[in-house]
Amino acid sequence: MASRLQALWGWFDARMPSVAEQWKIHASEYYAPKNFNFWYFFGSLALLVLVIQIVSGIFLTMNYKPDAALAFGSVEYIMRDVPGGWIIRYIHSTGASAFFIVVYLHMFRAMLYGSYKEPRELIWIFGVLIYLTLMGEAFFGYLLPWGQMSYWGAQVIVNLFGTVPFIGPDLALWIRGDYVVSDATLNRFFALHVIALPLVLLGLVVAHILALHDVGSNNPDGVEIKKLKGPDGKPLDGIPFHPYYTVKDLAGAVVFLIIFCIVMFFVPEMGGYFLEHNNFIPADPLKTPEHIAPVWYFTPYYSVLRAVPPLFNSQFPGVLAMGVAVMILFFLPWLDRSPVKSIRYRGARYKSWLAAFVVVFVLLGYLGVKPTTVWGQFPDWPFLDTRDVATWVARICTIVYFLFFILMPWYTARDKVLPVPERVTV
Amino acid sequence: MNEEIKVDKTRRTLVVATSVVGGAASIGAAVPFVVSMWPSERARAAGAPVEVDISKIGPGEMAVIEWRGKPVWVIHRTKEMIDSLKDVTGRLTDPESRASKQPSYAKNETRAQNPEWMVMEGVCTHLGCSPQLKSAEAKAEMGGDWAGGFYCPCHGSKFDYAGRVFRGAPAPLNLEVPPYTLAEGKLTIGEDKETKGS
Repeated sequence: MASRLQALWGWFDARMPSVAEQWKIHASEYYAPKNFNFWYFFGSLALLVLVIQIVSGIFLTMNYKPDAALAFGSVEYIMRDVPGGWIIRYIHSTGASAFFIVVYLHMFRAMLYGSYKEPRELIWIFGVLIYLTLMGEAFFGYLLPWGQMSYWGAQVIVNLFGTVPFIGPDLALWIRGDYVVSDATLNRFFALHVIALPLVLLGLVVAHILALHDVGSNNPDGVEIKKLKGPDGKPLDGIPFHPYYTVKDLAGAVVFLIIFCIVMFFVPEMGGYFLEHNNFIPADPLKTPEHIAPVWYFTPYYSVLRAVPPLFNSQFPGVLAMGVAVMILFFLPWLDRSPVKSIRYRGARYKSWLAAFVVVFVLLGYLGVKPTTVWGQFPDWPFLDTRDVATWVARICTIVYFLFFILMPWYTARDKVLPVPERVTV
Repeated sequence: MNEEIKVDKTRRTLVVATSVVGGAASIGAAVPFVVSMWPSERARAAGAPVEVDISKIGPGEMAVIEWRGKPVWVIHRTKEMIDSLKDVTGRLTDPESRASKQPSYAKNETRAQNPEWMVMEGVCTHLGCSPQLKSAEAKAEMGGDWAGGFYCPCHGSKFDYAGRVFRGAPAPLNLEVPPYTLAEGKLTIGEDKETKGS
């Protein structure tokens, strides 16, 4: 039997040797640094979540109806009448939030260890594009249940495009395909969510991994392992991705799936953060819910939007600030002028700025899920344009957020860095 | 370079010409896809005027009417409500509605043809949410100087009973007033002398 299988493989290999070749390039002979730590789980986990989302998504489309009159009912139908429907939907909704958790941690890893720095700028750019596509995917998908939050969230976000000077109103009309968010909007968002963006996402993931495997992985020390090679031509500090990291990542996947299942079975709504309460009410174009907030993964940017006051009778500055807050990530590799990559050898300046960045990002995220009145009001001082304390805190956080990037060329260049070792430390 | 590379100019011209024509064809091929995303003829046709019987809306009450898929508010303003408009003028972004959108007959202090009847689109000029009625009794929530009006739950914009926006709110302009005709207890939204003429 074994020899039969071997013969079959030989037959296959003789006709298509590139399969074995690609396996070598990307797994069995892809040398990754031996000092990967906890933070290096999130890349493979993101890939796992992508597969989970695609599979559960395919099965959801079998019963979902992208029609304004039927959509809400079809989701309830999936939850109540379709055998196993409820678990498939919870897999997909939990997966959406899990995707962002994993991706945010993955991006933070890159900031910790300078993984975006030369020669890995392209990997970072593809990564930010993946993040943007993911945001689009999440936004389009969120309209599909056609609940109150779906509807009003889409209303607000489409109108963001409407604030662009000159072309804005036409652009918003073109995106909606109607004068208000309607059946036409739902139908096209469905098309974008299930086919257009997933294809883009897959293409970008391939580009991200190819770019990574061309230059090789960074590591917690920020040392280039390709500089020191043994007599066999293999990096001294490298180990083959398979079996070493496939096994390590498998262990990470098991732990991740356990946590995933706990959320999915016991707290799929996560207290209104993963599935918002108002989305259990069918969309009503005439009534905005009492308190509206986007899903948690968008709230840091939503806070930025809310914090910026209108200028010259236009709300575009807030929208612009929100857009720039995301787009500025693309420039990170060139803003960082530090001679070292890893946080381990960076000085106090970068460490404090990064800490401040994390604090304001989380704070903006928190404020984004709360109404602006959450922390009360200042007295009626005439020089304040708004008295809401939370709005002022969000404004300060927004400024710190941007300063982290804008001042980066200076504080990273002047930081007192430690000497980087020749080889990785374990 | 040691060797001179001979370029066949005719072939290169052909390559360029083919690329240009091919590029133009690709752009042309994209047109039907792009235009297919504009509102359909059916969506365009769905903008007919709406008639409302306002005799049942008592003083201080508000009705929400759907017009072109948007909520339109019809508010029967009391004397206190109309008086409150004067008191808040100093705290507004555009008290005289200069930059805001309304028909000429609503470009006045009360933003209405008849001060008792306020007709406006219940769509926030910030990002399109529908604000909520907050009467003067909601002082605990809205602040001590609140004289009644509307509050947008999305981004916290505040408006008075004429839909005029308070300063410090993200909304840049007053709520829009749609064209309407008010005659003998009957309100027609979406049609007035000006639109009929066109």
